[in-house]
Amino acid sequence: MLTKRIIPCLDIKNGRTVKGVNFVNIRDAGDPVELGASYAEQGADELVFLDITATNDNRKTFVELVRDIARHVNIPFTVGGGISSVADVEPLLEAGADKISINSAAVRNPQLIDDLAKAFGSQFVVLAIDARKIANQWTVHTHGGRNPTDKKLFSWAHEGQNRGAGEILFTSMDHDGTKQGFAIDPLVKLNELLDIPVIASGGAGNKEHFIHAFTLGKADAALAASLFHFGELSIPELKSYLNGNGIPIRI
Amino acid sequence: MIAVIKYNAGNIRSVAFALERLHVDFSITDNPEEIQKADKVIFPGVGEANTTMRYLKDRKLDVLIKELKQPVLGICLGMQLLCSYSEENDTPCIGVFDEQVKKFQPLQHEKVPHMGWNSLTPTHSWLDSDVANKFVYFVHSYFVPVNAYTSAITEYIQPFSAAMKKDNFYAVQFHPEKSATVGEKIIRSFLKQS
Repeated sequence: MLTKRIIPCLDIKNGRTVKGVNFVNIRDAGDPVELGASYAEQGADELVFLDITATNDNRKTFVELVRDIARHVNIPFTVGGGISSVADVEPLLEAGADKISINSAAVRNPQLIDDLAKAFGSQFVVLAIDARKIANQWTVHTHGGRNPTDKKLFSWAHEGQNRGAGEILFTSMDHDGTKQGFAIDPLVKLNELLDIPVIASGGAGNKEHFIHAFTLGKADAALAASLFHFGELSIPELKSYLNGNGIPIRI
Repeated sequence: MIAVIKYNAGNIRSVAFALERLHVDFSITDNPEEIQKADKVIFPGVGEANTTMRYLKDRKLDVLIKELKQPVLGICLGMQLLCSYSEENDTPCIGVFDEQVKKFQPLQHEKVPHMGWNSLTPTHSWLDSDVANKFVYFVHSYFVPVNAYTSAITEYIQPFSAAMKKDNFYAVQFHPEKSATVGEKIIRSFLKQS
């Protein structure tokens, strides 16, 4: 049976993991390669690495890092941050990235989704969407959620699928950081609307929230960052809990 | 020496890193002589069937692959291209396995591609019995139905061939290079074949 995926997300700045990481078995909490390998060993199903500096100066550092991750991590991983052209993606693919995620650049230039899907295949292209509810409408934001756009979540996700995105990574900015649970209603609607997998992001605060994302929200995967990084919830503990509650999960 | 066939496949780098992690000597090559004299050959693959077959034909790699006598492992699209035909853009393939590759047809709003970790039921001994019910990573929209060459079955929408074997040809639909320790075990199983 196809299992639901648990995906830790790591923010990278200048080749290092940002935010403290609270693991006993990690020697260097800032090393994304060691941290990624450790998550893989603990049973993470995929990893996401986001380059949050994403300036030209740091591009080379990031590509080098991606190569190092690919060398040491034996599960699939997605990289994102600052990708705005097919040319940006080629070195990442060559370095061993399994998927790339695009966000602001796709909003600015939706054709980018078509171009990337055509060049590398849909399975390689994750469309990340940050949205917040404004006047009862899920409004897409760019630049780490700073800039509202005229795009709406559901029509944009659908357009992304039609243009060739292979997955949608939906982050509810209203829920992100609250630890009050994932945004269930839009997940349900996205699942009904789309034929491609949906990754839930934003709001994970405890084990039950993951159950809700998978059963009520029908998400295919769930992503979290600080919950895992600060050791509030370990992946083995979460997966064994989900398994015990009848969620199909890889143990 | 293991030869990894060099062509426009997306996962060559991942396969190379997986072999590095296993401390295996390999070279990534499209040199016919080098491929022919390798102890084992890995035929990776991520991409679209038609473009890829055209690429292989232009370089006569399709004929070369079919005539190899040492153990050959096709991965993902590599496995599909070892069949005789793919529904993906109506593509005649290499034809080691006399089977047709079909597109997943969702029955109850299942997502396509089949993406993520799914479990294996081995039916042939080239796969260690301890990978039974273990999970491996899949990403594919097309599949090979269960047939006489099937050596492991996975279920998604319907049962399909997760692995196959015919003579010296081995094939897996999933990505052992991305399937954590279970995938490493399966690569080792292949490397033990002679």
